[in-house]
Amino acid sequence: MSALGLRSITDVAVLLRGRALSAVDLVREALTRVESRPELNAFTLLMRETALAEAERADTDIGHGGYRGALHGIPITIKDLIDVAGTPTTSGSRVPARIAPADAPVVGRLRDAGAIVLGKTNLHEFAFGTTSEETAFGAVRNPVDSSRSAGGSSGGSAAAVAEGIGFGSVGTDTGGSIRIPAAACGIVGLKPSLGEVDCAGVVALSETLDHVGPLARSVADAALLFQAMKGMSVHAIAPAGGALTFGVPRPYFFDRLEAETRACLELALRRVRDAGYALREVTIEDAPITPDVYLHICLPEASCYHADRLAEHADLYSPGVRLRLEMGRYVLAEDYVRSMRLRNRLRAGVDRALERCDGLLLPALPIPAPKIGATTVNVGEVDMPVRAAMLSRTQLFNITGHPAIALPAGRGTDGLPRSLQLVGPRGRTARLLEVAAALEGVIH
Amino acid sequence: MTVESWLSSAIADAERRGLPALKPLLETLARSTEALRRAAAAVSEGEPGPLPGKKPE
Repeated sequence: MSALGLRSITDVAVLLRGRALSAVDLVREALTRVESRPELNAFTLLMRETALAEAERADTDIGHGGYRGALHGIPITIKDLIDVAGTPTTSGSRVPARIAPADAPVVGRLRDAGAIVLGKTNLHEFAFGTTSEETAFGAVRNPVDSSRSAGGSSGGSAAAVAEGIGFGSVGTDTGGSIRIPAAACGIVGLKPSLGEVDCAGVVALSETLDHVGPLARSVADAALLFQAMKGMSVHAIAPAGGALTFGVPRPYFFDRLEAETRACLELALRRVRDAGYALREVTIEDAPITPDVYLHICLPEASCYHADRLAEHADLYSPGVRLRLEMGRYVLAEDYVRSMRLRNRLRAGVDRALERCDGLLLPALPIPAPKIGATTVNVGEVDMPVRAAMLSRTQLFNITGHPAIALPAGRGTDGLPRSLQLVGPRGRTARLLEVAAALEGVIH
Repeated sequence: MTVESWLSSAIADAERRGLPALKPLLETLARSTEALRRAAAAVSEGEPGPLPGKKPE
């Protein structure tokens, strides 16, 4: 097995365009990698034949001068919560799946850009969890340490990308489900601004919190995928130049961190400062109410979406997912409305923290990837539920809609990845990516 | 409806539906609802300063 699968899209695209490499080679390499790590459980469906056929077509088209851009002939994967024409959208569940009549628009746009769908990736059932353990396809294991979770809910996507199986993946993020597994596996995960990437053809978890975005091994690759997902022309981004200022919201977000996570993130912040960027301490007002607001939005929206399935197939859900969905049925409408009002206040608080800043820097996860089977983790000398700990630094930006990206920030002495999160102004995801590209080489 | 009366009727309903495992989750939700209502009340009363809340979990 060569290192081809771990190269960047830009590098490989040059070879594909010049016909020094074929898309068929890339797909075969990815398939070999899947076979070499079966214990990861990264896939719910591997689309060997169709991927090879698409690769042959891409090679032919490129050979005839029909090169479509940097994603032409590039194998990617799709979280199995998103429709891919003619395949079941299982959502990682035993609940009967729908057969997708068509590609979700986001998948169609990636195909239009020339990307090849290699398969569908495993996930926490119905995206309702952070560890990708509750799934009908077996717990997704972390490629760095297979005794640990790959994070979730887009765990299969992150594990595949980290292992060099495909050059990127399409994930979804309702409370951190792109950024959390990206952080756990040591890759890049982008949650765009709310509403920026079409959620049609995607099984909803919480319709006002759901986002779709890319996971990749670099910011540059994530940018290419994001552009295609929006239907824009695909082009390489330039890292943001000049003086940049970052806000560091220490209260709440840095209060409780696992010790080595804190050490890695403080080192990353020092490197940012040493690179000549300015850091200023900021406070996100009212951040401590985030989990309460989140819970009273996410639970009832998820229960509403699942009401019919739950009535018919309750016993087919994983016990934990079913209980969370049942819990949502008891949230009162008045408390949902209270949450929506507080949501506006939180959004304004993040906007204010971003004033005079190019972005906010904070942890993506307060802990490294947890052991599979763990229900509690120790964070800053306090034991807390794994799910609550993993959501604690990401869910605010699903509520507020600000774009956010998880960036690799080194490894602890345990060898496990740690991750820094960059948050930018709403509606300015393209700028966030440019700023992230400037930071990427500095912090890692 | 007070959180207390909501919680007792929710637990009774969950038990009637054969879901006793929901009880601890509903108790957690009740604590969160109380925090949410305190924050919402503080906003509507125009209390200055940060809203009541908890440390990150």
